Amino acid sequence: MTADVQPSGSIRRRLTLQLLFSAALLAGLLFAVVQNFAREVAEESQDSVLLASVTSILDAVTVQEGEIVADIPYSALSMLGNVSDDRVFYRILANGEMLTGYADLPDMGLSEGEIGSVAATGTYAGESVRMVSASRRIALEGGPVEVVVSVAQTRSGHMRRIRQISRDSLVLGIGFFAIAALFAVLAAQSTVRPLNVLTGSVSRRGPQDLRPVTGSVPSEMVPLVRSLNRFIARLKITLSRSEDFIAEAAHRVRTPLATVRAQAEVALQRVEKPENRQSLKDMIRAIDESSRAAGQLLDHAMITFRSDQLEHREIDLRELVMETVERLRPVAGLKDIVVTVTSPDRLSIPGDAILVQSAIGNVIDNAIKYSPAESDIEVELEAGSERAVVRVLDEGPGFGDEDLHNATRRFARGRNSEGTVGSGLGLTIAEDVARAHGGGLGLRNRTGEKGACVSLVLASR
Amino acid sequence: MRLVGLGIALSVVVTAAAQAFEIEEQRLFPSPDGTDGAVLKVISTTDTEIFTPLASAFQAQAPGVAVDYSVVSSAELDRALRVEGAAFDIALSSAMDLQTKLANDGLVRTHRSADTERLPDWANWRDQVFAFTQEPATIVVSPSAFDGLEVPRTRQALISLLRSHSERFQGRIGTYDVRESGLGYLFATQDSRNSEIYWRLTEVFGRMGAELYCCSSQMIQDVAEGHIAVAYNVLGSYARARQALGDPIVVVEPQDFTTVMLRTAVIPTSAESPALAGSFVDFLIAANWEWLEQGDGTPFAPILASGEGGDPGARRPIRIGPGLLVFLDPLKRKRFLSEWQDAILQR
Ligand SMILES: Nc1ncnc2c1ncn2[C@@H]1O[C@H](COP(=O)(O)OP(=O)(O)OP(=O)(O)O)[C@@H](O)[C@H]1O
Ligand SMILES: [Mg+2]
Repeated sequence: MTADVQPSGSIRRRLTLQLLFSAALLAGLLFAVVQNFAREVAEESQDSVLLASVTSILDAVTVQEGEIVADIPYSALSMLGNVSDDRVFYRILANGEMLTGYADLPDMGLSEGEIGSVAATGTYAGESVRMVSASRRIALEGGPVEVVVSVAQTRSGHMRRIRQISRDSLVLGIGFFAIAALFAVLAAQSTVRPLNVLTGSVSRRGPQDLRPVTGSVPSEMVPLVRSLNRFIARLKITLSRSEDFIAEAAHRVRTPLATVRAQAEVALQRVEKPENRQSLKDMIRAIDESSRAAGQLLDHAMITFRSDQLEHREIDLRELVMETVERLRPVAGLKDIVVTVTSPDRLSIPGDAILVQSAIGNVIDNAIKYSPAESDIEVELEAGSERAVVRVLDEGPGFGDEDLHNATRRFARGRNSEGTVGSGLGLTIAEDVARAHGGGLGLRNRTGEKGACVSLVLASR
Repeated sequence: MRLVGLGIALSVVVTAAAQAFEIEEQRLFPSPDGTDGAVLKVISTTDTEIFTPLASAFQAQAPGVAVDYSVVSSAELDRALRVEGAAFDIALSSAMDLQTKLANDGLVRTHRSADTERLPDWANWRDQVFAFTQEPATIVVSPSAFDGLEVPRTRQALISLLRSHSERFQGRIGTYDVRESGLGYLFATQDSRNSEIYWRLTEVFGRMGAELYCCSSQMIQDVAEGHIAVAYNVLGSYARARQALGDPIVVVEPQDFTTVMLRTAVIPTSAESPALAGSFVDFLIAANWEWLEQGDGTPFAPILASGEGGDPGARRPIRIGPGLLVFLDPLKRKRFLSEWQDAILQR
């Protein structure tokens, strides 16, 4: 009956994935930014040491006795050794002429005539180097001389620092991602929690609970809950219409059949010819069959719909059984069958009296129908803490072996049913009612004695 | 000649025709097991006699290796590797500055091992320059010349003493000719860096008509023989070795500060057996530890030894690093030497 719903992904998974994706994006960004920043800082720190070195050398370039002298301070180069074990190169140019240092150090950036300092990265002696150059003009007899001092340092220490920083920022990024991922999972979970709560409250309901869903839900879910409630209301209306229709149908079929049967009885009184009497008797029997079938069918339908909207009223089971037995006593009397009831003083259960009575009626009716004349039928009521049992014991032939399994199927009649009027719905009705009342129907044959034992089990609370 | 005065066995003075650098002495230590397999070509500034026990110890450990040992001056060593590109597997030198410059200029190989890891930071530069000894610059005095005087323990004390007894010490002071000796230049420049007192001392030396020497061994010998009374900036390792042999000298580590030279090893890029050279470096380092642990008479002052008799707090090991390039700068050198000459040659 329920169409299988194909899930198209999961909100929680989608939400988690989206959050994880953005967390990964942010973590990546964080990693990139921190690394970049650190790289710049590291580069700047190398540049500033190089610049300090260049400046101190530049300051030591002087003119003495008409000659340019460069008295490189010890610290100018040793300070570079404090930072890392990198190789150091330097060069002093005066008006483009080599004064001292590494002659083949490439020009990186500083163009002639430029005053100030410039930093550049290049390759020298087979390694990547960072070089800072600065220039100064000093006065010589022949005119001003432009002195350019360059100091270069290989970058392996610098690279090592950057690698360290990369590792650190990677750890930072991963840590950030891990924390964000944790929060993403938690957030996704808390987002779908109201949905789960709603699902739980709807699916925990009994099949006949058609009350509207109340309780507070997040605003996004209000439209869903509203349409759910509207849908429930429509269903309720449709169900009560169907019930009305069934009651109407039962009435409309039974009444004319009763009329036809009465007419046939009257006709039977008048007819004398044996063959005519026989066909009238056959007719009456067929009418009985139809009437019984219609009655049982409609009862069954009624039960199906009533149990969909089961009303749990407190019913006195003892009273109900007594009443049913009284109602059937005339039928039993025709076969000289004695029906006895044993019961505790009080036994009440929650349920629908009409349905329970119909179930008990069908079971006792079977006992009468399938028992030989002048036999006894015992109806026992038993009250347990959880359930109540109505047990009907007869002295008839009992169920055939196959019938024990099949008897509750719709329209299933046993071998012993030949010559009796019936539709095969009695036990189906009884079982449906028992199930709707939280119980079941037990069929067995009495042990040691002839006869069937049918137990109708109902939840007692 | 840089000899310690021990007998010279099997050594030759060679000037190979193909080589434009001058080898003072070359000696082959054949492999102990007689195989002519691997040869470790060593170029060094250390006298053969001092190296010999080291070679034997190494060969005891690697019996299949012959050691070809060439002694050169530190300047020639630099020229051999820098200009000639001569094929040596390992270069041992007291000229830390030149060794550092070789490394800085990319002429040496990197070597990393469990042993190099054990070296303290200041004894290993770039895994290329490995210090394996610590050798203080000392003042060597002749006790007989100081008869009745207290042996000075600081430079200031030395200056005062020389000033107050100028006649006694006139012409009886020796120190390196820094123009000729690379080690002398290194000691002098580091002294000048450490304290202004160096220049005052040099001036006093100049006034006293100091004798100028090429090498520590010569200075020690002259002190021992009584030709001079004081030798300044003498390699403590050599002096102590001579003292141990009974020479009448007193070795003083100045208490104001003692410049400490680190003898270093580098593996040139031209090395033909760099792996063997690496194991020799490891041997030098490990041997050092052994000497240190045994504490017995050692050919070299171990890298971690705190020195005998010296004040550890006064020791100033020369730092291996780019700073050493400064005094190698020709302009800087020219300037330093002219100042030095002004101070010492004022006769
Ligand atoms: N007490 C009983 N003793 C023996 N057989 C029984 C008994 N009750 C039911 N049966 C068997 O089970 C079959 C099914 O019973 P059920 O009440 O469902 O149908 P029915 O009695 O044939 O028809 P209906 O009750 O709808 O008029 C019967 O046909 C009969 O063979
Ligand atoms: Mg029946």
